[in-house]
Amino acid sequence: MSRRGRDERTTDVRPGFTTIEYMILTADAGSAARHSEHLAVDLDRLVKRFGAVTAVNGVSLQIRPGEVVALLGPNGAGKTSTIDILLGLSTPTGGQARVYGRPPHEAVALGLVSAVMQTGGLLKDYTIEETVRLTATLFGRGADAADEALERAGIADIRSRFVGKCSGGQQQRLRFAMALVPDPELLILDEPTTGMDVGGRHDFWSAIREDARSGRTVIFATHYLEEADAYADRVVFIRRGEVVADGTAAEVKALASGRTVRATLRGADEAALRGLPGVDSVDVRGDTVVVQARDADAVARHLLTRTDARDLEITARNLEQAFLALTGDDATDNGSNR
Amino acid sequence: MTAATPARTLPPLGGFSPTVVGLELRRMLRNRRTVIFMFVMPAVLLLLFANNAKYRSTSVGGGNITGYVMVSMAVYGAMLATTSGGAMVSVERAAGWSRQLRLTPLRPAAYIAVKLVLAMTTGLVSVIVAFAVGGAIGAQLPLHAWIECGLLAWVCALVFAAFGLFMGYLLPSENVMQILGPVLGVLSFAGGLFVPVDQLGHVFATIARFTPVYGVGEIARYPLVHDGSLWLGVLNVVAWTSVFATGAVWRFRRDTARV
Repeated sequence: MSRRGRDERTTDVRPGFTTIEYMILTADAGSAARHSEHLAVDLDRLVKRFGAVTAVNGVSLQIRPGEVVALLGPNGAGKTSTIDILLGLSTPTGGQARVYGRPPHEAVALGLVSAVMQTGGLLKDYTIEETVRLTATLFGRGADAADEALERAGIADIRSRFVGKCSGGQQQRLRFAMALVPDPELLILDEPTTGMDVGGRHDFWSAIREDARSGRTVIFATHYLEEADAYADRVVFIRRGEVVADGTAAEVKALASGRTVRATLRGADEAALRGLPGVDSVDVRGDTVVVQARDADAVARHLLTRTDARDLEITARNLEQAFLALTGDDATDNGSNR
Repeated sequence: MTAATPARTLPPLGGFSPTVVGLELRRMLRNRRTVIFMFVMPAVLLLLFANNAKYRSTSVGGGNITGYVMVSMAVYGAMLATTSGGAMVSVERAAGWSRQLRLTPLRPAAYIAVKLVLAMTTGLVSVIVAFAVGGAIGAQLPLHAWIECGLLAWVCALVFAAFGLFMGYLLPSENVMQILGPVLGVLSFAGGLFVPVDQLGHVFATIARFTPVYGVGEIARYPLVHDGSLWLGVLNVVAWTSVFATGAVWRFRRDTARV
């Protein structure tokens, strides 16, 4: 994914997003600073390299207790690498990760954080109940903790079924039950609904949503935009190991609701364009001007009547396109997702 | 939620507990192939080899040949059981279970301790099964030899628990015992469990003394025969235990390192 020599900031090659993104990030940092108690997650310039490949490239992220956050990005964007560090499964090459003020492996051992991983992690010759009981025992908790987790994950009725005989959705609920055993403050879900059918996905999210009412902090990585949109208070876009946008679901929608006006114009007056109503950002590159605006018509009218602009085009942007623009180099980058 | 959350503490003994051993034991015994391999096969071999009048009437040390074969089969069974116990880690690694366990407070050393207790428990059962079958078909040993041979066969099988762990970490296969089964068969043959090594010719007998099963067999049979080089057997067991334990620790460290 990551290329060599990508250390130069890439802000200027992403027209139309820099301004908004900057605003959101600033607003966020401000509210995080107000928090006096421990942050649920505090990533400080996190870097993870595997040989020549940089999987995580300086991610700083603060997540407050109680937030439900979606990590959105294509395969290889660095989501899983970031999660592995949060869970103490791997150590960062640079920077620091803290979970409730502690090193991740400590937070894991104390049951402050637990996770529902994508695949694997189950033994097929255990029953559902045995798997959860074993987990409870390892956390120094009794059978009542196991029973409660089974109930909350909605698999108490199939407790004596062998794991090998469970459907993908049931196995995922089992992973969820195991994650609930220590009653964690932070629950991490790494693409939890991969491979589930629509019904299974809906049921799974209903269980998660029900659980999140208790005030648990939830971070989930996903490819599915609708999941991020429906279940997250906050969406963090990750691309090539970097956070490229971070905001509430509403802010992300606002980001997506604008239109892009592009035209060929020699010697564009950037300040004048910026002064137009509803303009979010202006980017002039040589003879091309790209304006991101909520009122695209006004911009087009201005360009065509007051300037020598030609080859004008207006493109609408839906969430999908915003996602592609933010997280992918091009369409093929995202097309590689299963 | 924070108000209702109980104080967060780490479990005692790094997560090692009888409940965990019990659950793991139950799971292990659920695998029919493993049970046949560990308990039934040595007993069947014992019936095939030693259930005849000639062996019953020929004396060795203070007992008979049936008793001699019985001790060898007890060693064989204990070896299969302890190797299986150690090799369980390969299946667990293949299934991603080891990774899942890293999301719990279970200490890696406690995990290994669970596997060792499991291996030694099934090893003990295997020895008892072999001795029960042997007793039923007329094996004779002096009373002290019943106890000493049994204990030695069991304790020395620890070398194969280390072997199983090493192989379990080395081979990421789902069916590691299908590879190890034949390997153990060859080693048992070389170690004189099926045929006394002296009957295999001088060259082979010399080589056989350096294979890992030989020492355990020699030591376990010593209380009966009071023959053979005990110190060589002890040296053999100590050397191979160090080799396998070092290998297991090396692979284990690599496996559990946070990269």
